Amino acid sequence: MSALRSGTGDAARPPGATTRRQRAPGGSPRRRPRTTRKARGDAVSLVVGVLVLAVLLFPLYWMVNTALQPGASAAGLPWFPRSLDLGNFQRAWESQAGNLLTSVLVALGSVAVCLTVAAPAAYALARFRLRGADTIVFATLITQMVPGIVVANALYNAYVGLGLVNSYLGLILADASLGLPFSIVLLRAFMVSIPEEVIEAGMIDGGGRLRVLVSIVLPMSRNALITAGLFTFLFAWSDFLFALTLNTTDAVKPVTLGIYEYIGAHVGDWGAVMAAAVLSSVPAAVLLVVAQRYVAAGISSGALK
Amino acid sequence: MRTRTPAPRRRALTPWLFVAPALAYMLLFFGYPLVRNVVMSFQDYTFSTYFTGEAPFNGLENWRTVFSDELFGASLWRTLLFTVGSLAGQFGIGMALALFFSRRFPLSGVMRSLLLLPWLIPMVVAGTVWRRVLDQETGVLNEALQALHLTSSAVPWLSSPDQALLSVVLVNIWIGVPFNMVILYGGLQEIPAELREAAVLDGAGPFRSFFSVTLPLLRPVVTVVLVLGFMSTVKILDLVLALTNGGPAHSTETLGTLTYQLSFLRLDFGQGAVVGNVLIVLSMVFAAVYLRANRGGVNR
Repeated sequence: MSALRSGTGDAARPPGATTRRQRAPGGSPRRRPRTTRKARGDAVSLVVGVLVLAVLLFPLYWMVNTALQPGASAAGLPWFPRSLDLGNFQRAWESQAGNLLTSVLVALGSVAVCLTVAAPAAYALARFRLRGADTIVFATLITQMVPGIVVANALYNAYVGLGLVNSYLGLILADASLGLPFSIVLLRAFMVSIPEEVIEAGMIDGGGRLRVLVSIVLPMSRNALITAGLFTFLFAWSDFLFALTLNTTDAVKPVTLGIYEYIGAHVGDWGAVMAAAVLSSVPAAVLLVVAQRYVAAGISSGALK
Repeated sequence: MRTRTPAPRRRALTPWLFVAPALAYMLLFFGYPLVRNVVMSFQDYTFSTYFTGEAPFNGLENWRTVFSDELFGASLWRTLLFTVGSLAGQFGIGMALALFFSRRFPLSGVMRSLLLLPWLIPMVVAGTVWRRVLDQETGVLNEALQALHLTSSAVPWLSSPDQALLSVVLVNIWIGVPFNMVILYGGLQEIPAELREAAVLDGAGPFRSFFSVTLPLLRPVVTVVLVLGFMSTVKILDLVLALTNGGPAHSTETLGTLTYQLSFLRLDFGQGAVVGNVLIVLSMVFAAVYLRANRGGVNR
């Protein structure tokens, strides 16, 4: 929590850079006599906050609640599970385990491809005085406006010729493109602020540019790399459009596509569908718990830098 | 044998080797589709194209067919309604929450990150969950509304052509609120507290100080949020497919789903490309706004 409180941009800044966001705790001396009023205000805010959370997260609670109860398809489902029943999860696992594995493989592959391509580019755009560097960064930002369905339209036809339809490689390459612009912009913003002396020292030691990138810049950019990697993983994991359009058989089927087909085929079995939904939300939940400060930082810096 | 100082020409080339893979990638996955879609929109894709790969040029035929189809005009209109409605809701609620959370209180950090969940889970999953909640007969929302006597009969959230689009907008607002909240919250933190305190000392009420101090200072962030929101909302597809599949009776068909239908269900990639191009033009208009708003921000 303390990490979150210190602002949203930490992961996108090098360790040395200071932020001036922390406000003096407790406010100015002028306010000190009003501490009881502040405490009461805190209590009100806390209650309002809990209510907001309860309303906005209710659908997700309902997903879990439905997944944990037998006979979930009928109306009048109890608002709290009375006993733990994992039958829904068992059916969901039987049908989706393979698809979950596919999602993991595709997402990991996308992260690897994306970071391998993005890191050197971000480094060059940040540190080598390239002519046209600004234009390239601009172009990177504009790619966000290209609708996925337009990409899929063209990509499918190109993939048919290249034999990449229904292949892991094809889907990984397409999904990596979802995280690439974000990663380049984020990594570049970070690498700009690495002190020049550090890089010069590496060059003087006889390292080439690649050496300096691998042995100095990348280790220093650990936080930004983690953020870029996490988001690329989430983008690829959440991808539905490319999975739907670039696959015509069941050979490569990520869990998003699996769930979509599952509701089509098992309209009645809401318990298992919700259990599958829970399973496919796990990465998002895990990321939020394990890496919350990177997540918040990534959203802001990706949009604002 | 390696020379310590490479020849000048090599030195000028190596930086580009670092950028080349990324450039090639973006040209292939963003540049090529843009060009290819324009070309495809003048080609005749038929079922046999699927086997032969041959699609002869047919002039403006695709454009004429698409533009004279009533479904296209209706989808364009719905896409705009959907986008404006979603953005208004996401931004309004996101801003309210950002303001609420900038008054820090115990557990506010944890609450803010928990609120991100709707945005972090895959959109198809969010759509599936809401389909369950909004189900006319067995959904919990109707159950609760009827128990509270707020409605006399079950609301056909997703099953009536008059209601479905509004329901899809509401779900999309739910998904987009966290993104708006986080970015606006970040923007609010950049505004020095003294400025707002000064306004309060000058006798400005909370509304006055919000509209005359906070909002003007927040303007660049607001622009970025709205334009990014526009670009990701106007091309909506996943959510609609998961919630309604474009139905009932095409009442939730958007330009995104129409492109998908034409290209991948009817295998008429030419007509699909026409609709895709319209989507691109819509996005381009807003990309222009984005670049103007973001000008000079790139080198920060």
